Amino acid sequence: MAIRRGRGVAAINYPTGMNLGGDPSQALVHSTPTGNFMVTLSSVDLGQGLKQVISQICAETIGVPTDRVVVDTADTDTGPHCMGTFASRGTHRIGNAVIQAAKEARQVMLEVAAEELEVNAADLETDGAGNIHVKGAPQKAISIFDTALSAHFKRGRSISGRGMFLVPRSFPETETGAMKPATCYAHACTVAEVEVDDETGEVTVLTVKNVFEIGRALNPKMVEQQLVGGSWMGISHTLYETTEPYYPAREHGGSDFNEYLMPGPGDLADTEIIVLERPSADGPYGAKGPGEMCANPQIPALANAIFDAVGVRIDHLPITPERILRALKEQRRV
Amino acid sequence: MRLAKSYFADERKDDLNEIGQGRSRVDLPGHVTGKTTYFADRNFPGMLHLKMVRSPHHHARIRSIDTSEAEKHPGVVRVLTAKDVPHNTYTILILIQIGPEDEHVLAEEKVRWKGEAVVAVLAETERAAQEAAAKVKVDYEVLPAVLDMEAALKPGAPLVNEHHGQNYYMYDSGACRKVRFGDVEKGFAEADHILEQTYSSSPIEQAPMETTGCIAVPEGNDRFTCYTNTQAMFFTLDNTSIILQMPGSQLHLVGGTAGGGFGGKVDVIVEPIAILAAKLTGRPVSFIYSRHEEMQISSPRAAETITIKDGVMNDGRIVARYVTGYTDAGAYSRHSPYGAQKGAAHYPGPYTIPNVWADTYCVYTNRTPSSAMRGFGVTIADFALEVQMDKLARLIGMDPLEFRFINAYRDGDMKAHRQTTEGAALIECMQEASRAANWPVAEKYYALSSHPREG
Amino acid sequence: MAKVPVQFSLNGSEKAEFVDSGATLLAVLRGKAGDTSPKGGCHQGTCGACSVIIDGELRLSCLTLAETCDGAEITTTAGLAEAGVLHPLQRAFMDGFAAQCGFCTPGMLMAAKALLDRTPNPTREDVVEAISGNVCRCTGYEPIIQAILAAARANSHNAA
Repeated sequence: MAIRRGRGVAAINYPTGMNLGGDPSQALVHSTPTGNFMVTLSSVDLGQGLKQVISQICAETIGVPTDRVVVDTADTDTGPHCMGTFASRGTHRIGNAVIQAAKEARQVMLEVAAEELEVNAADLETDGAGNIHVKGAPQKAISIFDTALSAHFKRGRSISGRGMFLVPRSFPETETGAMKPATCYAHACTVAEVEVDDETGEVTVLTVKNVFEIGRALNPKMVEQQLVGGSWMGISHTLYETTEPYYPAREHGGSDFNEYLMPGPGDLADTEIIVLERPSADGPYGAKGPGEMCANPQIPALANAIFDAVGVRIDHLPITPERILRALKEQRRV
Repeated sequence: MRLAKSYFADERKDDLNEIGQGRSRVDLPGHVTGKTTYFADRNFPGMLHLKMVRSPHHHARIRSIDTSEAEKHPGVVRVLTAKDVPHNTYTILILIQIGPEDEHVLAEEKVRWKGEAVVAVLAETERAAQEAAAKVKVDYEVLPAVLDMEAALKPGAPLVNEHHGQNYYMYDSGACRKVRFGDVEKGFAEADHILEQTYSSSPIEQAPMETTGCIAVPEGNDRFTCYTNTQAMFFTLDNTSIILQMPGSQLHLVGGTAGGGFGGKVDVIVEPIAILAAKLTGRPVSFIYSRHEEMQISSPRAAETITIKDGVMNDGRIVARYVTGYTDAGAYSRHSPYGAQKGAAHYPGPYTIPNVWADTYCVYTNRTPSSAMRGFGVTIADFALEVQMDKLARLIGMDPLEFRFINAYRDGDMKAHRQTTEGAALIECMQEASRAANWPVAEKYYALSSHPREG
Repeated sequence: MAKVPVQFSLNGSEKAEFVDSGATLLAVLRGKAGDTSPKGGCHQGTCGACSVIIDGELRLSCLTLAETCDGAEITTTAGLAEAGVLHPLQRAFMDGFAAQCGFCTPGMLMAAKALLDRTPNPTREDVVEAISGNVCRCTGYEPIIQAILAAARANSHNAA
C-alpha cells in the first residue's frame, strides 16, 4: 500500500508536411491603394493560429509591421488552392507560398519607390515601420502609403504577387522502401515524473519537462500555446482516451465527455517547455511544423515512468488504473 | 516557456522584425467577444435538418429499405438513399491517383460497420428529422463480423469489403509497405541480446469542441454555397464535384475557422450529402454531427499493434531492428493506407541502425473507419519505439538516456529509407532535457552534437 | 404545436420571442435572438460550451428550456464588453493567449465571470472548480487558469 514515484524519458522526431510530399499550397498577396497588404488563401485555421503566423511571415517578407497585413481565408471562390491543414504542413507549405507571393509584391513595391526616389530598386530597403529608404541614406525615403498610391494611380503598377509551394511527390521503391517522406523533421525529448498508487492503480503526473526543437519559433507566444496544449493531449492519450475501452470489443464506447475521459483543469501536471531552434533548410524563416510532434513524446515517457515507479509494463494504450492493477496483481502472484 | 537560444546559434540570425515576436493573435478579439464566426453561426430561413439513419449492425446485407412511413412523418421534406447519389463513392484523393474507392456515401448492398450511413432524412426541424429517422425500416440480414485484426487476417475470416478481396490493403509493394535496409538476420546473429516485444493501442477520438458539420445553401443560380469546418477546402470541393457529378464551378465552399480539428475534419463525409440534399430540395440543409456521432461515427485514430524485434550489443549499439506494424483501418480505407505507410517511413525512429526491416499493414475490420489524427501513423509508433528503447537500456544495464545518445542519428547518417539525415537535433534536445530534468549523463554525451560524424 | 411567448433581457436588451414548447434556451438565443456566442458542443450538458448566466447563476443553456426564462436576466459572452470596452476577463484571455480555436472560450468566460462575481479574489483551486464543467481540447487549461487569476488581480488593483 504505497504511492510510488518514478521517472521516464522519451526522444522522438516528427516529419513536417504530408508524407511523401505532393501537397501544394498557393497564396496571393496584393496591396491596397494605401499600402495595406491582403493575403488571400483557402487554408483553414483550426485554432493553431495560422492566420496570425501567416500575417507575420508576410509582414516580415514585405518589410512592414504585422498590423498592415490582413489574411483572408478560406473561400474557394477567391482563395487559390491549398491542400489543407493537416500533417503539420500549414506553416511550412503555406508560409513558403506566402513568402514567394510577398517577395513578388515587395519587388514591385520597391520598383515603384525607386521610380519615385529616382534610384535603383536594388539600393532600397524597408525599415519595418512602414517606410522605404535608400540603404545608408535614411533621409532619402518614401512611405509605403505613398508608394502604394503612386503605384495605383500614377505608375499603373500592381503591387501584388503569387506564390506556390510544392514538395514534389516521392514514390516508395517497392522492394526497399527507399523514399523521401519529408524535407525536415522536428525533435523532442520529454522527461515525465509520476506517482502511482499501487492500491488503486491511479497515476498522478507530477511533472513533464519537454524539450522541443522546432526550426524557428515564428511567434513564441503561439508556439507556447501549441506545445502546452499538445503536452496535455499526450498525457490524455496515455492515461485516459479511447472510444473502445474493451477494444477489440465495441461495447461501452463513450458517447460524450462524461464517458470519454480527458484530464480536467484539476488534473494538470507541472509542465515545463524548452524550445530549441535549428532552422530547416526549406522552412519559412526556418520553421518546422510542431503541431503534432508536441503531443507524442509524453506517451512513452509516462509509460516508462510508470515502470520506473511500480515495475510493471503496460504495453497497451490507454494505461488505465485497471490495467496497472491487473499487472501489479500478476507481479505479486509471481 | 524558455527559448534555449544558445543551441544552433551559429545557424540562425535572430535579427528579424516580425518573426520571433509574440504578437497578439488577430483572432483573439473575436474569440473573447463571441464574434468569431464558425460555420453554424448563421441562420437561413427555410433551413432543413439532415438526420442520418445508421446501421445498428457491425456487418449485414441490406435486403430492403422502406422509407414510406418516414416520408409521411409531419415535417419531412425528402428522404435520400443510395440511388439518389449520382456517383455514390467517397473518392479520397482520386484526382491525384490516391484511392482506393472502396466506400459508398450511402450504403448500397451492405453495411460494414455499426454506424454506417444508410438513409438521410430531411425535415423542417431537428425533432421531426429524428422522429422520422426512427420510422425508416431497413431489413438487414446480419452477417458474421470480425473486430479483431489478427482474426481478420486468418484464412476463413469474414470478408469485410469485397472491393479488396482480402482484409488488408494491397500496396504496390504487396500486402504491406516494406522497408529493407542492410541485413537484419546478420545483425541478429551478431547481437549480444535479442528483444522482441509487442505494443498496442485502442482507437482514440480527436474530440474537437466543435463537431463536424456543414450548412449547404442553394444560391438560385445553379451554385451551392457550403459553410463547413473541413480542414481541407479543396478536398471537399473536388470530392463533392465527383460524387454529385456536378462541375466544380458550381460549388462554393466557405470555411477557414474550425473549432478544433486534430485530423477529425479531413475526410469528406458531411458536405456531399448535404449539398445533394440542398440541390434536390432547393432549400438550405444543415448536417451537423451530434456529440455521439462525433465520438463513435467520425473516424478515430486507428488502433495499432506493433511488434519490434531488436538486436543490441552490450556496448549499447542497436545493430538490427525488425518492425511489424498493423493499423486497424476499420471497414473502409479512408486515409489508413497513407497512415500505415507513414509509419513505415518513421521506423526505426531517430536512431542510426545499420540493419532495418519494416512491414506495415493496413487491416480491415468491421468497425468505424479510422483516419487522420494528430500524429497520424507516428504517435503509436513512438509509444512502441520509446518504450522499447527503455526496455533495451535496462536489459543491458545502461542508463535510458545514455543509451539513446549512443544510437541517436546525426547529420550525414543514412536512414533506413535511404535518405541522408539533415537538420538533426535529437542529441541537443536530450542534452537540454538532461539538464532541465536533472538527469545527469556521462560528460562525453554533453560533448556530442548532431553535426556529421568524423571520418 | 403551440408557441410559447417568452420575454427576457439579453445583455441588457429587452427581447420577446415566440418559442416552440421544449425549445432550449441555446437554440432560441442562437436561432431567434441573434446571439451566436453560446456554442453547442454536445447539446447534453457535458461540455460547458453553451454556458450563460441567468439571474446571476451560471447555467447550461442546452439543458435550459427557453420557456422557463420568462422574466429572466440573461448574460452571454456577447454582452461582456461594455460600450466597446473589453471586460477584464476578455482582456486577460487575450493578453494571456488563453484561446486557440476559441470554441470553448465563450463558455469559459461565463464560468469565469460567474466565479469573479461571487469570489473576487479566487484561489487557484477556486478557479479550477469554477471551470471544471468547461471542456477545452486545445489549450491544456493552464493559460485559462492563469488568465482568470490575472483578471482577478487586475480587478482588485482597480478596486483598491
